[in-house]
Amino acid sequence: MNALLQLLALIRKEFLALLRDPRSRFVLIGPPIIQLLVFGYGATFDLNDVPVAVYNPDRGALSRQLLARVEGSPAFHLIGEVESEGHLRRLVDERKAMLALSFRSDFSRNLEQGRSAPLQAILDGRNSNSALIALGYLRNILIEFDQEVAARHNGPPLPAVLKVRAWHNANLASRWFIVPGIVGLLLLVVTLVVTALSIAREREAGTFDQLLVTPLNPWQILVGKSVPGLLIGLLEATFIIAVAVLWFEVPLRGSLGALYFGLLLFLLSIVGVGLMISAISVTQQQALLGAFLFLIPAVILSGFATPIANMPEVVQWLSYLDPLRYALVIVRSVFLEGADASLLLHQYWPMALIGGISLLAADWLARHRMY
Amino acid sequence: MGDLVLQLQGVVRRFGSGEATTTALDGVDLAVRQGEVTGLIGPDGAGKTTLMRLAAALLLPDEGHIEVLGVDAVAEPVAVQSRIGYMPQRFGLYEDLSVQENLDLYADLQGLPSARRAARYDELMHMTGLAPFRKRLAGKLSGGMKQKLGLACALLREPELLLLDEPTVGVDPVSRRELWQIVYRQVRDHGMSVLLSTAYLDEAERCDRVALLHQGRLLGIDCPAVFSEPLKGDCFVLEVPPGVSARRLQRDLQAQAAIADALVEGEHLRVVRWPDQPLPTDLLGAQGPALDFQPVTPRFEDAFIRLLRSPDEQPPQMPQLEPASADARDEVVIRADHVVRRFGDFVAVKGISFEVRQGEVFGLLGANGAGKSTTFRMLCGLLPASDGHLSVAGHDLRHAAAQARARIGYMAQKFSLYANLTVLQNLRFFAAAYGLHGKRQSERVDWALDNFELRPLARRNTGELSLGHKQRLAFAAALMHEPQILFLDEPTSGVDPIARREFWARTNALAEAGITVLVTTHFMEEANYCDRLVIMAEGEVLAEGTPREIREGERDPQHPVPSMEDAFIALVSRREAAA
Amino acid sequence: MNLPGRDSRRRLHGMVRKEWLQILRDPSSIAIAFVLPVVLLFLFGYGVSLDAKDIRLGLVIEHMDDQSRDLAGAFVRSRFFQPHYYRDIQPAQQALTERRLDGIIWLRNNFSRRLQQPGPAPIGVLVNGIDANQARITGGYIQGVWFGWLEKYARAQGHKLDAPVQLEQRVWFNPAVNSRYFLVPGLIAIIMTLIGSLLTSMVIAREWERGTMEAMMATPLRIPEVLAGKLIPYFVLGMFGMLLTVALALWLFQVPLHGSFATLFLASALFMLVALAMGLLISIVAKNQFVAGQIAIIVTFLPAFILSGFIFDIGSMPAPIQVITYLVPARYFVAIAQTLFLAGDIWPVILPNLGAMALMLLIFMAIIRRKANKRIA
Repeated sequence: MNALLQLLALIRKEFLALLRDPRSRFVLIGPPIIQLLVFGYGATFDLNDVPVAVYNPDRGALSRQLLARVEGSPAFHLIGEVESEGHLRRLVDERKAMLALSFRSDFSRNLEQGRSAPLQAILDGRNSNSALIALGYLRNILIEFDQEVAARHNGPPLPAVLKVRAWHNANLASRWFIVPGIVGLLLLVVTLVVTALSIAREREAGTFDQLLVTPLNPWQILVGKSVPGLLIGLLEATFIIAVAVLWFEVPLRGSLGALYFGLLLFLLSIVGVGLMISAISVTQQQALLGAFLFLIPAVILSGFATPIANMPEVVQWLSYLDPLRYALVIVRSVFLEGADASLLLHQYWPMALIGGISLLAADWLARHRMY
Repeated sequence: MGDLVLQLQGVVRRFGSGEATTTALDGVDLAVRQGEVTGLIGPDGAGKTTLMRLAAALLLPDEGHIEVLGVDAVAEPVAVQSRIGYMPQRFGLYEDLSVQENLDLYADLQGLPSARRAARYDELMHMTGLAPFRKRLAGKLSGGMKQKLGLACALLREPELLLLDEPTVGVDPVSRRELWQIVYRQVRDHGMSVLLSTAYLDEAERCDRVALLHQGRLLGIDCPAVFSEPLKGDCFVLEVPPGVSARRLQRDLQAQAAIADALVEGEHLRVVRWPDQPLPTDLLGAQGPALDFQPVTPRFEDAFIRLLRSPDEQPPQMPQLEPASADARDEVVIRADHVVRRFGDFVAVKGISFEVRQGEVFGLLGANGAGKSTTFRMLCGLLPASDGHLSVAGHDLRHAAAQARARIGYMAQKFSLYANLTVLQNLRFFAAAYGLHGKRQSERVDWALDNFELRPLARRNTGELSLGHKQRLAFAAALMHEPQILFLDEPTSGVDPIARREFWARTNALAEAGITVLVTTHFMEEANYCDRLVIMAEGEVLAEGTPREIREGERDPQHPVPSMEDAFIALVSRREAAA
Repeated sequence: MNLPGRDSRRRLHGMVRKEWLQILRDPSSIAIAFVLPVVLLFLFGYGVSLDAKDIRLGLVIEHMDDQSRDLAGAFVRSRFFQPHYYRDIQPAQQALTERRLDGIIWLRNNFSRRLQQPGPAPIGVLVNGIDANQARITGGYIQGVWFGWLEKYARAQGHKLDAPVQLEQRVWFNPAVNSRYFLVPGLIAIIMTLIGSLLTSMVIAREWERGTMEAMMATPLRIPEVLAGKLIPYFVLGMFGMLLTVALALWLFQVPLHGSFATLFLASALFMLVALAMGLLISIVAKNQFVAGQIAIIVTFLPAFILSGFIFDIGSMPAPIQVITYLVPARYFVAIAQTLFLAGDIWPVILPNLGAMALMLLIFMAIIRRKANKRIA
């Protein structure tokens, strides 16, 4: 009973110390909102404004029709027609056009006569990912156009067509991928910084000694340091989830219980890592540096922006140590797939394991590094 | 009268804005004369550093006029800075550069011509005794050596005006004396003018003139003797009659309305009375011996205390405690037995031993880096000993259960408290951490607020408190759970003389109540408050005993009545001679 | 007496030497300047790839015959896919749900029959759309295989496939469509931002914290000398970091450098100065390391990452965000670096971006000159 009251006093003190300091208040509020906006709006692989330059010496109607389709697609916008192929190339060189279409003068005639007509597409590969995506959009337009032309000019129809269905995200909006990911990312950043600084801040101020000479035992101190991180993390998670659903309109299809259980385990593992860093560092400076040393690889290897499957095998093994990897699967599955707890078991237990081991390690480190 | 090298007229400087505005300097007029050492004296927070920075053209005044060496400091800061030398607090050294590299940097920055460097370096290094250490990193120097290097850097170009901001804080007495010698040599040989701020009142007497600053206002500027002049006939020493506790006598004297100040000083008390007040010769009652007050020459410190205190001021509240029974007194509660602590190759504590009995005030004295804090942290269980044995109340605190730790109180260096929490929140937290809840907790919090006069500050953020208030709060927090043993690490460092007197009065009251107090300090004169003490230097105990025993041990023809500082210097120089 | 110019040179020299000695003695600056670039480059170079490979593709063939075997064979032969055969859609869908598959090709048992009949035969394609980008790339590869198969099928039927429009696609500058080729040059911008802004702002904040700035300010040192004294050493350090990164990019990651090295060096130098100026500006605002570090990350590192066009296409961001990207110096440098590495010295791209950086540098310097003074509060 007494131990519990002591613990409550400690937790209360941790909250006060955290929330009464304008700097740490800022860390809790500023970066999450800025990151949410920057990532939510800025981090998208979708293209909606690909500048297209056209060289079209063809006087026929069909090239016009094709261009109208390109223009009508939300992804492209025509920046203008040029008079020579050389000019076209220059526009690509100078990054004024990402896609350049070059027709031949007999484009329409050929098509009308049932012959095939070549169309040259030049893409700026300086960002080859965007180039590939733009090319995909163009191909889709062409397939429809082809079928229409074939039907109109009595050409043979295609023997087989692809009926593509994208599960969980029919329009392949990459915001649906990125925004739920931000839940995991921000929790990682905020909770890690809060916990990593917690012991280091007291060390620097000299109050950690004060704490150690009180009858509080090490596990009470550790729990007292963990709880604020956990609670603040859960609070921020709720806020970001609400913004994702209400503002960015990402569908939330699965069970909230499964999501929060996963987030809790995730937070536990971050708190463990954060306390480990904090226990090793003497100054806040070192703690912050340690946090970033963990953060950067953790984010890159998590599959937040790029798939883990594309990484070399050794790097993929490394990513198994990254709690964010599991958290991202959970968040995305619950949001988009409507997953429930039973489907996520294999994501839960590694985080629980990481959390348990890191908390034990933090406890050991805090005991063995008091000076 | 010489020319004026620094003139402040109606200078006002505020910090912050809106409600949080504090006025650091409030209409100060000050003139520093050429070729003199002027001391800027005042308690913590009086505005000394602000004044120094204004004089160095590092700050702009909000109102008023500042002229340095005939140049307007507001209009032409660089012209001022090329003619002054300035040493900020903490000496402004690059700790990751060597002594020589620091000198080179400041020589470059001050534009010392290359041709003159070698000779000037040699002169300064010889003068400061740093010549053998020119390759050493500044961060690896002792506090005293850093201070002298900082001074050397400020003196490189023989400035016309030297500004020193608290140059002697945290520095051992030997280094302090050497600093003064160097400063005076500059004044004598080069006609340099010096403005120096300090919190040590004994240093004020070494200044040609003293400017007394209090709460942003100048109380006066004159020769130290002029300040003490009005106290003539009001200062006395009092031999403590046999069988009477000096500490208790001091406490009783201080409680008298007639007495402005009472201070334990060796075997006697120094007493300052308010003007035209009778001396309480019959304080010990009709049966006791009459007190024999002998008039002495007033010192600056006496004047300072009387100037800053007012006669109607209530003496500080003493913690209300039950006196201890006499029979428990001889029990040894703290024991250190050949304790060694190594950090890598460096041996911070070299096998020291001592014992502390219940109800004693036991002091660990020494300069910064003597191993006091390391010893202290080992005793509190914050640091394992590399070798030897330690016990506190029969336990090794490192492995002690929570119950054992519940019996000690601890006050860390720099009064470490949660700066973002209010005074009340801090007290409540520490009470709860020591297992006090509900009614008991609020009783103790009330006790602390009342006994330490913290109630008006209860809702203030701890970080905003003055150092003296922080000290009181830290003291109160350490006492929340009524510990039997109290550890106080540098409890008076940086605190002004008035707060220090209050602190010792409280500590004495605790000791009277049977609480054992272990205290570290680098103020030599505070040794007199201890029942017994050890003097440490470089991880070794140089002397152990009562203050009297230690002083008597160093009696020699030059110092027939050695002060604790004399004794310390003698002990250290003897040790160095032996090495 | 000394000439003022000589004094000034001497002060600057003293500052630069001091700063340099501190850099050499402080392991953390060396770490940020040399170890961090290498680590980041390895992490990104190996960890970040947008090129799908070994896509785990479920081939659901309900009825195995020549046609379906033929189509399946086309997928098996593609270097992008790692095929898994299924007879039924259920287990394949289950596998897709459990992320054991990235996509499914579903040929129903009437596939061959439908091929013979008029009207196209449907080929079911299921991808997991959660990672939209990946799904799109997978879809693109599937489309490619399908198209190849169509042509082959038409030839086998004895006629040429007449897809009316024959797309001749060329991905310029990066024909192999290797994402590393554009990620690694962009990384140089990130790394230089880190060195220039983060390191510089924290180092100056450290001087405030340790009280050395106060001692320095009380000497006759002038503000331009303080600024230059900080800029020069960190500029040199940053350029070393840049050279190291470029060397790794060229030799370890085999990114081609089509433009001239001199142009790259010039552009990097200008960008380095802009990054340093931001670091200085931050340190004027924030006098402690904690705040300086936070601000540096939020206003320099994060935007350099997301808003520079390093990975994400600026043109596709909402208009207000696009406006913000103009304030991100890394945007200009990323454009130059990607062009120089992959396309060559294309001055119409390089010059305006250089100009924008120069303008930013001037503005930053003007603000710094206004804000910086020798008063410490």
